[in-house]
Amino acid sequence: MDLVAVLALEMLNGIASLVLISVGLAIIFGMMRVINLAHGEFLMLGGYAAIVATNRGVNIWIAMLVVAPVVVGIIGVIAERLIIRVLYGRMIDTLLATWGLSLFFVGLVTTVFGNTVAGIGAPLGSVAVGRYNISLYRLMLVGVAAAILAAIYVVLRTTRLGLLARGTMENANMAAALGVSPPRVYAVTFGVGAALTGLAGGLLAPISGVLPTVGAAYVAKAFITVISGGTAIIAGTATAAALFGSVNQLLTYLTTPVIGEAGLLAAAILLLRVLPHGITGKLFRGSL
Amino acid sequence: MVVVGVGGPLVVDQFGLLQLTVFASMCILALSLGVVWGYGGILCFGQSAFFGLGAYTYAVTAINLGESTLAIVLSVVLPGVFAALLGYFMFYGRLSDVYLGVITLSVTLIFFNLMNSTAGDAYRIGSARLNGFNGMPSLPTFNVPGNPGRLLDPTETFYLVMALLLIVYVGLHALLASHFGRVVVAVRENETRCELLGYDVRLHKLLIFTLGGAIAGLAGSLFANWGAFVSPNVFSLGMTSQVIIWVIVGGLGTLGGPIIGCLIMQYLATELGTQQLANTSLIFGIIFLAFVLLVPRGVVPALIAVRARLSGAVRARVSGAPRTRPIA
Repeated sequence: MDLVAVLALEMLNGIASLVLISVGLAIIFGMMRVINLAHGEFLMLGGYAAIVATNRGVNIWIAMLVVAPVVVGIIGVIAERLIIRVLYGRMIDTLLATWGLSLFFVGLVTTVFGNTVAGIGAPLGSVAVGRYNISLYRLMLVGVAAAILAAIYVVLRTTRLGLLARGTMENANMAAALGVSPPRVYAVTFGVGAALTGLAGGLLAPISGVLPTVGAAYVAKAFITVISGGTAIIAGTATAAALFGSVNQLLTYLTTPVIGEAGLLAAAILLLRVLPHGITGKLFRGSL
Repeated sequence: MVVVGVGGPLVVDQFGLLQLTVFASMCILALSLGVVWGYGGILCFGQSAFFGLGAYTYAVTAINLGESTLAIVLSVVLPGVFAALLGYFMFYGRLSDVYLGVITLSVTLIFFNLMNSTAGDAYRIGSARLNGFNGMPSLPTFNVPGNPGRLLDPTETFYLVMALLLIVYVGLHALLASHFGRVVVAVRENETRCELLGYDVRLHKLLIFTLGGAIAGLAGSLFANWGAFVSPNVFSLGMTSQVIIWVIVGGLGTLGGPIIGCLIMQYLATELGTQQLANTSLIFGIIFLAFVLLVPRGVVPALIAVRARLSGAVRARVSGAPRTRPIA
């Protein structure tokens, strides 16, 4: 019984971390159709921002929840202004340019921090479930992932900003004719996506630690989740993360973590063979 | 290329010869992506997956048999088969360009993780231990077919690699000039029109992708033989990005471009490796960004265009592929 409860929590955890690492990408890719291959490096930078701030004496919660998203959000806006803005509509070129950006960040961070693992201890301690101990921090991440999805839904559905963003993505020319400046909406959307990515990077830093090349471990999973999710940002990310998170954790429990990851990829390729437009291309159509 | 192939051993010393050998193997890898991406229009981030698969296939087979001929053949066949399998899922699933990039990238990363986790005695194929992140050292090098005791010396290996590079280069030229090659280029230009004209778009993409995978596998076996060593780094992101940078820098939609790009960047990487001032990845990132933003067609097509303009040819036609497509 205890084992079942722990396994269920592990699965929830796997799902939550998939949601965290892919939600920023879902916004950037889902709304703007920009393939950001530097996504993993944004997570890495968020992790470093949180760790450096904590080591400088900033409260760990402020470091993770405020410093990380703000730093990465600013980096995101700068990258958008300097590079991505020039390449809108040229999907392959954007993909290549952000790939170059990712190499650049890896090189830069290696030069500054060295090629070693940096980390901070996870706060909160643990709680006992029967014979097992569960980290409260991991439990909290599940709540945070759910809260982020809910917040995105509320912002997109009910605020003026969300309305402008959705309108611009639907038809940029019409939005411009109605007095909205699409370049500004793009910059803000990209910045928000980057900030959410930084937040995720900061939150995951105590669990996995960071090193300059850690982005590679995230970027593939994030893209698989977003692409398999399909066009709907929230419903797509949530369903794809639920599916792949469960597959990953189950296989990890039964075999090894590496087989778990390979299983995740195999599941995604099979899924895309059956549903080329992702889960929300077929189910939950028209949802956000 | 022929001049270098014949004259190379006469003018450079042993070290230079080994350098030239590995450059030539990498040129074969560059050609494999050059044809898949530049002519097939398939942006593959997984060329290093086939390259690495070829290298490991060579290593495992050569250790088990103690003879290299079959190992080389298998290191071409197995990556080709794997490329065909992967291509079937991607092209027959009609995934768009961008998704292809992401899927091939993830496949490469998974290989990297899988191979890194094969440390320990439990992971062996026949008598070959995979050794995880430590890699497989002291592989048997090439021998004369049928005579395992007679190994090729560095000069002979160099001739072999140059000959293979030449065969691949000339072979690809011939293929692209054939009916099949023309259809492949037509598919790159306009998929829908090709389909309406009755060509099987998916099959043509699958075939060119498989060919690219097989050629990359060949390059992998040459690379494994060169250092008598193979480690999971052949699957790493650094490897993948190198290949893409070679093609971008050299020029998309040419066969000479990837070779020249490969030589320039390999030389640069060697030079950068000898200094401590700046990280290689940092410099490569900047070069990559600069080329995508400023010289998107690459060196060779840009030079052809400049020469055409200088010689006053008004209808300067460059065989560069259009790099953008409407979003489907």
